[in-house]
Amino acid sequence: MDFWSNPVKAAGDWLTGVFTGWGMNADVAHVLVAFIGILLLITVVMVLDIFLVWTERKIVARFQDRIGPNRLGPFGLIQPFADIIKLIIKENIYPIGVDKVVFNLAPVIMMMSVLLLWAVLPLAPFLFGVDLNVGVLYLIGVGALGTLSIIMAGWSSNNKYALLGAFRQVAVMISYEIPMVVALLIPTVLSGKMGVNEIVKAQDVWYIVLAPLAFLLFLISATAELGRAPFDLTEAESELIAGHHIEYSGMKFGLFYAAELLHTFTFGGLIAAFFFGGWRGPWVEQVPMLGLLWFLIKAMIGYWMFGWIKYTLLRIRIDRMLDLNWKFLVPVSFVLLMFVALMNALLRDTNFYALGMFLSNILFGWVTLEILRRRSRREREKVEGLTPVVEAGH
Amino acid sequence: MTAMQIVFLMTAAVMLVSAFMVVTTKNLVHAALWLIVVLFGAAVLFATLNAGFIAVVQVVVYIGAIAILFIFAVMLTRRTMSETGAGLNRGWWLSAVIAVIMFGGLTWLLQGWDGFSKTAPALPSGFDSIGALSQALVSPEAFVLPFEVASVLLLAALVGAVYIAFQKKGEE
Repeated sequence: MDFWSNPVKAAGDWLTGVFTGWGMNADVAHVLVAFIGILLLITVVMVLDIFLVWTERKIVARFQDRIGPNRLGPFGLIQPFADIIKLIIKENIYPIGVDKVVFNLAPVIMMMSVLLLWAVLPLAPFLFGVDLNVGVLYLIGVGALGTLSIIMAGWSSNNKYALLGAFRQVAVMISYEIPMVVALLIPTVLSGKMGVNEIVKAQDVWYIVLAPLAFLLFLISATAELGRAPFDLTEAESELIAGHHIEYSGMKFGLFYAAELLHTFTFGGLIAAFFFGGWRGPWVEQVPMLGLLWFLIKAMIGYWMFGWIKYTLLRIRIDRMLDLNWKFLVPVSFVLLMFVALMNALLRDTNFYALGMFLSNILFGWVTLEILRRRSRREREKVEGLTPVVEAGH
Repeated sequence: MTAMQIVFLMTAAVMLVSAFMVVTTKNLVHAALWLIVVLFGAAVLFATLNAGFIAVVQVVVYIGAIAILFIFAVMLTRRTMSETGAGLNRGWWLSAVIAVIMFGGLTWLLQGWDGFSKTAPALPSGFDSIGALSQALVSPEAFVLPFEVASVLLLAALVGAVYIAFQKKGEE
């Protein structure tokens, strides 16, 4: 096999050969090499995470018309390392009444739930942890672990604010999981597969074109799942101070912070894989490793989108947020799933498949908006007797 | 001993210890967290039996929804940080006896079944287990009727929940 067509496998085979050459059992060598591979992937992801801190701070600075970190190193690139040193030398505080085991376990599980997502993300045509045939469900299952860690952090901190933050986050996560699952079912329906790599392989036309509304639904529910503005009610610094990680200090807080950033980047990667064709791009057939570059670029665009949303929109109230989910996103997502499945079956073998899917999605969005407009007009007519303090802008 | 047996024994040991902790620990939230470990163990067992779909569904449903609702209910109904009541009452030995009898009875029953001592047959490589499962769920020869009946049951539960929670207009 040519080395450059799949260098990771070549390196793995070489290492297995070395281990068996030492007289090691072939199965044990396989497990060991797989273990080293996992360790490498996690290391790369964690190093990437360090630079995400810098990226995040630069993005927020741009959106707020500032420069951001610019003192340490070129473009402030050394800043995250200074941050880490600061976090490590901070005092490790346990408030009174803390449940120590659960308190210490929560940030670890949080980080773990994010790293587990990378197991099924295809980075390049031949570069993925495992091509699970239930990949889409696996992602949802791992998300449940994140919820669990937030509950553990909120409860074990022995702090009312932390507990309130955890309650909110759980309410949000349990409800926004539904539109998210349905939004992920749409790529599944379009490709006929549930494995993430299979879905990427099936995207001859990117699914952002075939199902733009599913992409929007996924973006909204992912923002809620990540707990970022406008859905960052779990932190809500003006009312809950910091939510579930209020009592954490030093590196344990750092883990929460790093996990949040990496979670966002991972969801950027998921968006890339499900809607932007993952590692697909020009010249990938000739040089498969180029897929990694395309994937990272697309994931970064997804990450930047989450930042864009976070620093542009205001936080919304918890009851409005749950209303938005249960009264709008859930019904819309169910109808959309049926609609897309139907259109897919009708248009699959025609010549205008991509165009027809795109236009039918636009039509669906327009009808939804029109129904919403009618409804809101009726609601407004009900209270017409009242003079508005501020004229509504729409 | 094969690798699978080692994995099974380790998982089973972890599950047994955690299940024991669920019933003996005094703190209810801790009990719920130990329960989650048990449920994870069940997911691992499913995965070792090549039932990947059921393993993942186990995590999504039992850990993602049911266990979290357990913890929620416990946190909302009790002041768990301070309360450490006795976990056992005077009848604990009775339930222990019943549990042992149940275990013995089940083992005795299963010993008569010829699948009890068999090893799981290896799947042919490239076997699409999730495809086969979904085919079976909607094919009339297999499970379409039970599947639909279960869906109707869930729908009825949903309607019931909405009815109970529904506030009629003008009624506060």
